[in-house]
This record gives sequence, structure tokens and C-alpha cells, in this order.
Amino acid sequence: MARQIQSVERAAALLRLLGGAGRPLALAELAAALDLPRPTAHGILRTLREEGLVAQEPTGGRYLLGDALDQLGTPWDRHDLRARAMNWADALAAGTGCAVYLGVPADDGRGVDLVHHVFRPDGSPQRLRTNTVQPLHATAWGACLLAFAPASVRAPERLERYTRRTVTDPGDLARELTATRRRGWAADPGWWEPGAGGLAVPVRSGGGLTVAALGVGAPVEQLFSGDGRARPDPLVELAAAAAEIAAGVEGLA
Amino acid sequence: MTASIPVSERVVAAIDQGTTSTRCLLFTRSGRMVAVAQREHRQFFPSPGRAEHDADEIWRAVTRVVPAALRRAGLGPENVAALGIANQRETTVIWNRHTGIPLARAITWQDTRTDAIVADLAGDAGLYSRVSGLGPATYFAGPRLQWLLDHVPGARAGAERGDVLFGTMESWLIWKLTGGPDGGVHVSDVTNASRTMLMDLRTLEWSPRLCAALRVPEAMLPRIVPNAQVYGTCTGLLPGVPVAGALGDQQAALVGQTCFAPGEAKCTYGTGAFLLKNTGSRIAGSEHGLIPTVGYLFGDRPVYALEGSIAVTGSLVRWFRDALGMISTAARIETLAMSVPDNGGCYVVPAFSGLYAPHWYPDARGVIVGLTSYIHRGHLARAVLEATAWQTREVLDAMNADSGLPVTGLRVDGGMTANHLLMQCVADVLDLTVERPLGSEAVSLGAAYAAGLAVGYWPDPEVLRRNWHRAAAWEPAMDPKRRAREHDNWRRAVERSTGWARAEP
Repeated sequence: MARQIQSVERAAALLRLLGGAGRPLALAELAAALDLPRPTAHGILRTLREEGLVAQEPTGGRYLLGDALDQLGTPWDRHDLRARAMNWADALAAGTGCAVYLGVPADDGRGVDLVHHVFRPDGSPQRLRTNTVQPLHATAWGACLLAFAPASVRAPERLERYTRRTVTDPGDLARELTATRRRGWAADPGWWEPGAGGLAVPVRSGGGLTVAALGVGAPVEQLFSGDGRARPDPLVELAAAAAEIAAGVEGLA
Repeated sequence: MTASIPVSERVVAAIDQGTTSTRCLLFTRSGRMVAVAQREHRQFFPSPGRAEHDADEIWRAVTRVVPAALRRAGLGPENVAALGIANQRETTVIWNRHTGIPLARAITWQDTRTDAIVADLAGDAGLYSRVSGLGPATYFAGPRLQWLLDHVPGARAGAERGDVLFGTMESWLIWKLTGGPDGGVHVSDVTNASRTMLMDLRTLEWSPRLCAALRVPEAMLPRIVPNAQVYGTCTGLLPGVPVAGALGDQQAALVGQTCFAPGEAKCTYGTGAFLLKNTGSRIAGSEHGLIPTVGYLFGDRPVYALEGSIAVTGSLVRWFRDALGMISTAARIETLAMSVPDNGGCYVVPAFSGLYAPHWYPDARGVIVGLTSYIHRGHLARAVLEATAWQTREVLDAMNADSGLPVTGLRVDGGMTANHLLMQCVADVLDLTVERPLGSEAVSLGAAYAAGLAVGYWPDPEVLRRNWHRAAAWEPAMDPKRRAREHDNWRRAVERSTGWARAEP
């Protein structure tokens, strides 16, 4: 049997103690109950507190279970995510001149569900795509989830073709996702709609969990240079906006 | 929030002096916000019905947020072309012109201590609404000023001697910005002045009759000025920068949304909601208790607006969250509402303190009707959101009846525009396209626009329209038969809310 990781075992024991006590517990009580040196118990509790799994009384400093425990069984609320992302998504659209999309795994994991959409600020007629599900393998935001949130989504067995550029070979898609993971962003140079491209980066909560994909959409030539390379400016703005949204999501225990 | 911009670029600064906080925002020529800084101030509730602010604390907040916003953008005062102000309306302050010290805490727009004064004015209601456009209500500044003059020691004598000055928040801040006791400019912009019950809505001057009726010495009143004009120059804070624009917050949003043509309308959805429609050069009389007001005055021809307010919108969602505990965050009402396809026959009428425009039933109280064993939380969540949509419809219908020119589309802003289900519902029940602009800062942007127009940073209002970009549009998609049926159900629900409250024995 593989060796157990001691600090994880101790963290679990501390959580069980706090859950069973029915009242806040002091550091001394917790350390004594598990026969741990106080600095060790304190270090574990501090880490758990930063993750929101443990909370501390404002006065007295005794410990209790944190709000984040309630969230363990439920995914991020998509509308909380939109509310936190809205200002940054607007700024991203203004800064890049692109449409902005925020995508999360669809309920069945078989697509990317758009929770937010900001129009391209160019006065062209556009239709709101909030709450539509798009294919994972043929959009930048979908590929971003496939690459960075593989546990939450599943690529279909048969990769449907939408344009002549759509990646339909599973081996090609795997290589594309490897490249996406390596460089940190996903690119759609016209896989989904002819002439329309996309770039997307993951929005990560603390600990590296990808909760959403943030993308910009625009005509292919606006996002990619003639040799097919992604232009750097939208990527810089995307990364900055994703970091700000992630910081806002942190507060969403 | 910051974005890098060239140090040579000039920006316009806006101060948004709101009910809970004061913010400074910087905008570029394209209307893009490049920095914001915010500071909250204390709320004083000394007894039931009283709500006060410390005007000095608000001024100190201004002296903090303006440099902070510039720091964030990496800019200095030399980069600021002009400064504009948008403010919470009807909040009333009096101060000593020699010391710059307020004589009392500012009485805010939520304060209802003037209800006895207002009740006494009922006999002259016709006079007030004929001249100022406003029927007597605790909402407006004039009765508050009378209360201060009658209750604060030394206030009336000081005002008569010319030692004590009156202002709404923009007056106070402009006076402080331009030097305070050392040559501060004492002005009030026409939109704020139009909410005092003291201004003649046609001449845009203080009405001697109304001042006499409310026993307000004219010596203490600020000079009424247009919304875009160089009022003075900043002294200590932003030295040399012209103070060139001021608007009440809702009128500022009308300008920020570039509703410059008659018939164009905006609705700001927050705790409550404020719908303003541009009525052009026409003062729309209201049979339905909507308020005719000055929309804005750029140059010498005022543009009027008709205003309808909805008391309970975002606050209903907050009640659903905090009092009922149905959701943990306001945004999750959308998640809950989407768990069901419709309201299941359930309607919520949030007449928490009576029904306002266009009904005016003070004895109405909130009801939830249509409860069956089928109804669960999701249906209630839908009914809560639909209440905001139907209330918008009622105000809009009254507006169209009062001012002829029908509204053909609605521009929205404010926190509740994050709720796409609600916005779709508004489009469905109004049978109109609902549009949200890029950047949700319509209020601050309106103040910046006014100031920038005054100094020629922007040449004319039409140029500003090009800065308005559609960020989202919701098209009506409800079957007309269903809309009619739902409207009828809503009306029946409203009927059931009336006549409930009774005077205490």
C-alpha cells in the first residue's frame, strides 16, 4: 500500500474534529486532541483557513469550519462568475475591440456553455449568445476547457466538422491541446465559423483549478497575423483580465 | 482598475458622489474608463426615519479618491482637462461661508423627517407642482432646508445675514474645490436645483414665491448654472483644473447613455430603479405622478425629461436573499429562477411601503399570490425578477400616456444588468429592445461628458454618441397572447395588494 501523506491525514482529522465539536475550538484544544505540536497544528490550520475550509472567530481566534466546505459538492455558480467578470469583460472588449465570451463546462460536460457574452464594440449587428452551448473541439473557449479542465469536460468520440479548418482527427486535437497547455492559451483560427477566430485563457481559482475559459472573438485577421501566429496584444489583455476575474472569484467562498 | 495610456494623453475626471461612497473615475476621449478609486462614508441613522451624512467626511473622501485615481493611471493634475460631478440628489447641507464648517449633518434623500412639513404643504400642492413641477414630498430638498433653518441654532439668522449657505452635494463640493472660504464658487446645477421644490421649471431661476412659501432666505441660495460650463478652477486639489460640469446622478446617467433625442429613455437598475425619458423642449405634465424634471442644460436651451422611479427592485432581490435566505448571493437568483421554465402562476408585488408611480396607493402592502403546493423556490425567484420587469412596464406605459412620444427602445445600466434573465424578461414584457452599453458607468460618464463639453474636450453631444457601444441587446421574444395574459395576472396581483395597511388605532 502506498504511503499516506501525513499532513493531508492531519488536515482531515482537524476538519473532523471541528465538524464534530459543535462549538469553536482553540488551537491548544485541537493540538492536544491530535497529539500534535502546536506549530504543526497551527501551520495546517492556517493553510486550511486560506483555502476557506476553516474559519477563525474575529475575537478570541478559535477555529470553526469554513464556508468553502459547503461548496465542495457544488460547482461554481455561473451567475456569480458573470457578476464578478462583467466589468473586466467590458474593459477587455473595449481594450481589444473584440467580442468577449466567458465559458464554463456544460452540465453534461459535452460542450462549453457561454455564461457571458459582450458584443464586439464596432456597431455591427450581433445576437446575444449567453446560455448557448458550443462544441469543445471547435472553439477557443472549448479547447481551453479541454486543455485546462479535463476532468470537467469530455471531447466527443466523433469530432464534427464545421469549417474546412475544424480539427477532426483525435490525434491532431491531442497535439493541439498539448500545445495549448504548454503556451497557456487556446487558439481557434476559424474552426467553428469561417473567417471568425478566437483566443482563450483559463480563469483559475486558488490552487490552480480552472473554473472558466475567458475568450475574445473577432475576424481571424484581427487575432492572427498572416503566418497564422496569434497577435500578442489581445493575449496580454486576456491574461490580465483573467487574473482580475480570478481574484474576484477568490472572494466567492 | 487601470489601463496603460500614454502620459501625454489628457483625461476628464468625474466625481461620483453617491449615497454610500464617493468615487473618482478618469475617462479618455473615447469614453473609456482608465482608473477608478472609491471611498465609503458613514451612514448616520440617529432615529427612525432619519438618515444623515457628514458633509466634511464626504469632502475628505474627495480629497483622497481624486489623487488615488490619478496615481493608478500614472497621471498628474496636468493631464486632467476638466472635472465633472454627479451626485446623490436632494441631499441637503448648510454651512458657514466664512469657516467652511457645516452647521449640521447633511440630511439625505432617504430621510423622512419632513413628513409633517410636507403634510402642511398639501393645501398648496397645486402651487408647487405648477411652478416647480414637483408635488410636495419628503423626497425633495426644500422642506429639508426649512427643517434645518427651523431646528439648527443660528441657521436662520445666519442665512438671513448671508453667512450661512445652502447646497445640495454638488454645490458643497464645487464650493470646496474652488477655494471654500477663500473665493469658493457657490452654484447649483440646474438638474439638482430642479429637485428642491424651490426652482421655477420654466425660467430655471429660484422662484421668489416658493422661497417665501417655504420661508427660505434667498441670500443663502446658490446661483443656478447650466450643466456644462466652467464654474471655477480647482485650488488645492487638482490646481488649475476647471470644474466644468455637474448633474444629479439620474440625469448624469441620461447623458452618459447619450439619450439626446426626444423619446430616448434609460433605466438605471439598482436598489430601486429610475427611468428617465428625454422629452426635448417640452415639459411633460403628468397625470400619473411621474416627475417632470430638467434633463440637462448645455448652452441656453434646456432639455426636459420625465422621470419615473420604482422603489423596490434590487432591494427585493436583497430581501429574497437576506430576509428569506433563499439564495446566498444576489447573482444566484438567476440560477434559481432558471431551474423552472416559468413562474408557475405565482406573482410577487413588492409594495413594501405602499405602491408608488403610477398607482400611488400608500395603503398597499406586499403580497405573494397564486401559491399552490406546486410552487417552489424557483417559481418565487422568477416572480421576484418579473416584479421588476412589470413595474418597469407600468412606469413606461404611464410615461407614454403622459408625454405622447412613445419610447421605442430602452437603454439600461446599473448592477442588475448583470442578470441576463431579468433583462430578457424586461424586453419581453415591454415588447421593446433592451440594450446595455459597454462599461456600466453611465452616471460618472455623464458627469465627465458635461465637463468635457464645457472645455471643448468633446466638440458637441453628437460626437459622444459614437462613444456609445452596444455591449448586449435583448430582443422581445414573448408570444403576444402570453404577454397579455401575464400582464392581466400582474394587474390582478397589484389589486390584491391594495387597501391592506390601516392607521394604528
